[in-house]
This record gives sequence, structure tokens and C-alpha cells, in this order.
Amino acid sequence: MAAPRELKITPIRNGTVIDHIGNGLSLEVLRIIGVGDLDKDSTVSVALHVRSQKMGWKDIVKVENMELSPRKVNAIALIAPTATISIIRDYKVREKRPVDLPEHIVGVARCPNPNCITNRGEPVESEFEVARRRPVVLRCVYCERQMDDFLAHLI
Amino acid sequence: MALKGRDIISIKDLSRDEIEEILKVAHRMIPIAEGSKIDRRLDGTILALAFLEPSTRTRLSFDTAAQRLGGRTITIADPTTSSVAKGETLSDTVRMLSGYADALVLRHPNEGAARLAGQMSDKPVINAGDGAGQHPTQTLTDLATIQEAHGTLSGLRVVLLGDLKYGRTVHSLAHALALFGAEITLVSPPSLKLPDEVTEHLDQMGARVHEEEQLHRALRDADVLYVTRIQKERFGDETEYAKVAGSYRIDSAILSGAKQRLIVMHPLPRLGEIAPEVDASPHAAYFRQAFLGVPVRMGLLSLVMTGKGT
Repeated sequence: MAAPRELKITPIRNGTVIDHIGNGLSLEVLRIIGVGDLDKDSTVSVALHVRSQKMGWKDIVKVENMELSPRKVNAIALIAPTATISIIRDYKVREKRPVDLPEHIVGVARCPNPNCITNRGEPVESEFEVARRRPVVLRCVYCERQMDDFLAHLI
Repeated sequence: MALKGRDIISIKDLSRDEIEEILKVAHRMIPIAEGSKIDRRLDGTILALAFLEPSTRTRLSFDTAAQRLGGRTITIADPTTSSVAKGETLSDTVRMLSGYADALVLRHPNEGAARLAGQMSDKPVINAGDGAGQHPTQTLTDLATIQEAHGTLSGLRVVLLGDLKYGRTVHSLAHALALFGAEITLVSPPSLKLPDEVTEHLDQMGARVHEEEQLHRALRDADVLYVTRIQKERFGDETEYAKVAGSYRIDSAILSGAKQRLIVMHPLPRLGEIAPEVDASPHAAYFRQAFLGVPVRMGLLSLVMTGKGT
């Protein structure tokens, strides 16, 4: 007999599902998405510590009536590089892709170097290039300082 | 080779061929820098020297370089008397200067300032030191000194001594030496070792780098000894500083076991790292190194401002 199907999170009609988030990182993902800015009728569901064949344990975030900007996807790619993003329209998955870190990341994180010119009130956005991909290390395009502690420096 | 109109921000922006071209032109500038030959190729040009952090030596060498080639300079030598003191952003200062001059030389206390200035300016920007960041004309001067003494930059054995952690000149020089296939030996106190990211970068370049604890052993086969300042403020207590500083002091005794052709370099000013008795020895190259800063900057200004090489 098949195991009884238990629905932990209800399906959404339109919106975005961010799956395969590293265990315990969903609250950071929510911070990046900026749930305070959402349509007041939208439902946000968060599943923490969900069993995953691939990852052991994972987190999932579902947000109704919202599609992520490229900048937000980049930020998620930094802290949850294993995440996948599915776009749901009329209950169907219309698009599913892993997050992909581009070569240049603009305006997503602050440079950890307090003496970097990007932290001194100049009209310029922070910009990093990928110095290493596994694990991810970024290098500031301006001061060349490297960074692997993204959580502490997200904008 | 297109150096005309280019920003010179970091030595890493330059290819080996471009570095060789700059050094070749710099070498031809020596008689002009000495005043024995006249060349006014920068006649009619204006170079802006924006020194938003004091540095007399670098500023005067750029000023001399431009004037030796017939160019004129406008200068911010003291940021406390300029609009910067009123809180103007670097971006605005740079945009203003790029309207006045044909090229900008920038010294600034913040890392990354020159890169930003390059984006804001429609005239070429040359980095004359940004905080603890890059100082490419110092590196080019170091390379010119080594090449003049040894006739080549390839296959040399170079010892980098002292503060390898905070000394920005050393990081850029190590990169450039790796580009030319030099063998690099690092000698430093444990607390002032080359940062991991620099070591990793050199590894990625396929550089031959090793560490040595004993200076006299490192010196046995060396062609170049590059000495840096060890700053007191890097140490918690004075005795530790005195011990370390003393163990890396270069004098006649330590040089007695070295090759005849070894040259001793130092970005200056020195604070006792090299005993005055070394000045008269054929090993001493640091005053020549200081002089070569002028023809190197002349060569660079010529290539960047006029595109003219030899």
C-alpha cells in the first residue's frame, strides 16, 4: 500500500517556489525576497527541515503572486547555491531552473573592507566578480578584497 | 599595443608584453630624466596630480616626469585645502579634473578609489596608490630596477623579505615576477606572512614560490633581495618588534655570503632595515630604484597620453 500523501504546504496558483534551499537558510531567503513588500493578499509558505533525497534536509519557500528580480536571484544564489526556482502559473510549473551565479554581481552585497571606496558614500554600487565557484568566493572589483561570508554583508 | 588612453589601475591589468613595452620606453627616457637629452613630447598637455593623501615622493616624481617631457601639471597636494575638505565626493572631484586635464594621477586613502575614478573620468587615470591597495608605478619601477641590473626579468631568484602581509608593493611585485617566471623565496616573521589569497593567486599562475626561515640560506643563490619595512604598530609589544626587526636587518655581514651580482632593493623610506654601510656596496640598488621612478613614469605618461613609445 502506498504511504498516505500528506500535503505540508498547499499548492499556489501563481508565484514562485524556491526549493532545495540549504537546511536552515529559508529565513535568509525570505529576507532577500523582502516579504514585507508583497501584495497583502499573497500567501508566503515556508517549510523548514524537509526531507530531501538529494540533500538529506532542505528548506522550501513558496511565495504567491511574485516573480523574483534577477538581483534577488543572484542574492539567493550566493547564500543558497543549491536552490532551484520554479515559476508557477495557473498551478503548473512553467519554468524550473537552478539558481546560477553570474560572473559579475552588482548591488547585492556590501564589500567587507570598511576602507573600500564603495563603503565611503560615493555614488557607486558594490560590484563583485566570482573568484572561485566551489565554494563560492567573490572578489570586490574595486578594492580586490575577497569575501566568502555573504550572509553578514547582504544589502 | 594600445596603452593610449588606458587607465593604469593595477599591475594585474597589464599583460607581460605591455609591461615590457613600458620598461623599454622607460629605459629610453633615462637620458631625458637625467637632463642630458631634451624631448618635449608632452608639450601642450596638462596632467592633473590629485593627491588626496599626502605622498611627496610619488607626487614629485610624477610632476618631474611630466615636466621633463614638456608637459604642465595642476596639483591637489593637500586635501585639507581643497573642495574635498568640504565633503565633495571623489566622483565629483574626478569629473571636474577630467574636464581640466588630459590625464589624471590619483593618490587616495581608500582602496578601490582609482578604479572608481577610472569609471568617472573620460580621461585616462593612473593610480599612484589607493590605501592599502594597488600602486602599479611602484611595481613598474621595481621591475625596471631589476631589469637594468640583471638585463632580464626571467629566470631570476628573488627574495622578498619582511612584512609580506600588509606590504602592498610586495603583492603586486610578486604577481609581476610570477608573470616573468622568477623563482620567489619568502622570508618573513610568522605573523607577517604573505596572505593566503596572494599565495593562491601565485599558485594559479604556476609561480615557483617557497618559504625560507633563515635569511642567510635564502640569500645564497639570490639575484635580488627586496626588503620591506616592518612597522612597529603590527606588533603587540615592543620587545617582539625589536627582536623581529633586528633579525631581518641587512648589513655587510649578512651580505658576505651572497652572490656578487645580488642587488638589494627597498621602496624607501627605510627605517633601519638596511644598515648605512650597505649604501656604498655594489649590492645597493635602492637609490637607483628611487631615481628610476622618474623615467618609468615618463615612459608611462608618454604611452598613455600620446601613444608614443620610442
